[in-house]
Amino acid sequence: MGSFFDEVGDLSRFTARFFREGFRPPFEWSEFFKQCYNVGNRSLTLVGITGFIIGMVFTMQSRPTLIEFGAVSWMPSMVGLTIVREVGPVLTALICAGRIGSGIGAELGSMRVTEQIDAMEVSGTNPFKYLVVTRVMACIFMLPLLVFFGDALALYGSYLVENIKGDVSFQLYFNQVFDALAFGDLLPSTFKSFFFGLAIGVVGCYKGYNCSKGTAGVGVAANTAVVVSSLLLFILDFMAVMVTDIFYDL
Amino acid sequence: MSRVKEFNTENSTAGAETRECVLEIKDLRKSFGTNKVLNGFNMNLYQGESLVVMGKSGSGKSVMIKCVVGLMEADRGSIKILGKELTHLERAALDQLRAEIGFLFQGSALYDSMTVRENLEFPLRRHAARMKNDADTETLVLEALESVKLAHTVDLMPNELSGGMKRRVALARALILKPKIILYDEPTSGLDPITSKEIINLMQEVQQKYNTSSLIITHDVDCARVISDRMVLLVDGINYAEGNFKELSQSVDPKVRAFFK
Ligand SMILES: Nc1ncnc2c1ncn2[C@@H]1O[C@H](COP(=O)(O)OP(=O)(O)OP(=O)(O)O)[C@@H](O)[C@H]1O
Ligand SMILES: [Mg+2]
Repeated sequence: MGSFFDEVGDLSRFTARFFREGFRPPFEWSEFFKQCYNVGNRSLTLVGITGFIIGMVFTMQSRPTLIEFGAVSWMPSMVGLTIVREVGPVLTALICAGRIGSGIGAELGSMRVTEQIDAMEVSGTNPFKYLVVTRVMACIFMLPLLVFFGDALALYGSYLVENIKGDVSFQLYFNQVFDALAFGDLLPSTFKSFFFGLAIGVVGCYKGYNCSKGTAGVGVAANTAVVVSSLLLFILDFMAVMVTDIFYDL
Repeated sequence: MSRVKEFNTENSTAGAETRECVLEIKDLRKSFGTNKVLNGFNMNLYQGESLVVMGKSGSGKSVMIKCVVGLMEADRGSIKILGKELTHLERAALDQLRAEIGFLFQGSALYDSMTVRENLEFPLRRHAARMKNDADTETLVLEALESVKLAHTVDLMPNELSGGMKRRVALARALILKPKIILYDEPTSGLDPITSKEIINLMQEVQQKYNTSSLIITHDVDCARVISDRMVLLVDGINYAEGNFKELSQSVDPKVRAFFK
């Protein structure tokens, strides 16, 4: 238990350091763009395919129930709300935790073990800025975009099912989706995605940057990065839902 | 812990004191928890000489050399590089000082996401004070690679190189800023005898060509014999004995003898 609190303390300090160093020039722009590309490139296909399938499955499974209650025309609104508010962000973030978080953990971990991080330091570079800040920023910046992408494909998958089974047109389906969605749905979910990105980036970097020596350390870093960031995602999600709930009540 | 008196710096390297002292370590102490690694280590490196530090595995050689470049913070003691006290330096000043120091890491430490060219460009671009335009960078990169005889590898990735080639590229990277001091952390470890010899020859060439001062950490006796002007033995966290190779290899002290068997 003591080590758990140590870990939480270290992680918070690492996050604080990210905010302290992240907004102080000079910025490593080219490395940042490279990392954005990496984040997108690593997860785009997976996020797309998963979103598409989830959208289809979700629609196929809720169809019979909605028909029973004679509410099948509500399908687009219901799917739209669930995907955009909850399923899209959380699913995308979980995939990214597995894909990007572990990648960052392993990459920085092996750089630590083979003294590449030390070599950077000696070459007059602040490795925290060059490696950590750029990666975390890339995650923060890219995650909302990936969530949009995942949402879009999930909705498209759902539309296909509705189109085949219920003969709903593209126009009608998406009109209904956007009628149901308010700005108040998009804003919290985007905001949430930023925090998910922060969590994935910070945990992956923290685990890799403080990787213990030896090749076994790299595996552990990659592995724990996924576990810890996934857990953190759910905690953040819970907190986000509570906060939005307060705002709805106002 | 008695130091071996007869191998004092004074009588073994006559005239060294008249030369400029580029690196001075005094009473360096460092421990990790209860593990006391360095226990009052003293050492001087003079302009133009090759100083070999020998010690058993785990005796703290890497820790010592990492304190010198500020990768680790010493618990106590003073480190003076080119007349500047390391412990009081701000980041910018420290980086400026680091541009004068080349560091060859124990495992080469090439950036494996970058090509050989980018690896060599990295210190050039980073040490802002020495930033050159692109044409200059290109010639410097090729010149450095040429001096380790690997100009043809410039567009390869590190994982396409053999261990010995990696070490040579790492050497080129350490040299590219034409540093005044080069620190070698076990330059020949993990290499076969022939490749080791090549690396040692390269180190000697560099020494003559640029008139640098070298601090070489090793436990390879052959390497020490060939390259050392002077040696320091690191035992029990202190500079246990000093002298040139011949003096030390004829010592009667059992702890010193253990190195030369
Ligand atoms: N970051 C660290 N944290 C804790 N202990 C460390 C750390 N770095 C080194 N040590 C300890 O310091 C001691 C000396 O390590 P060091 O790497 O300097 O040995 P070395 O003399 O370079 O050995 P080798 O020849 O095997 O490279 C070892 O006992 C090691 O466990
Ligand atoms: Mg070592």
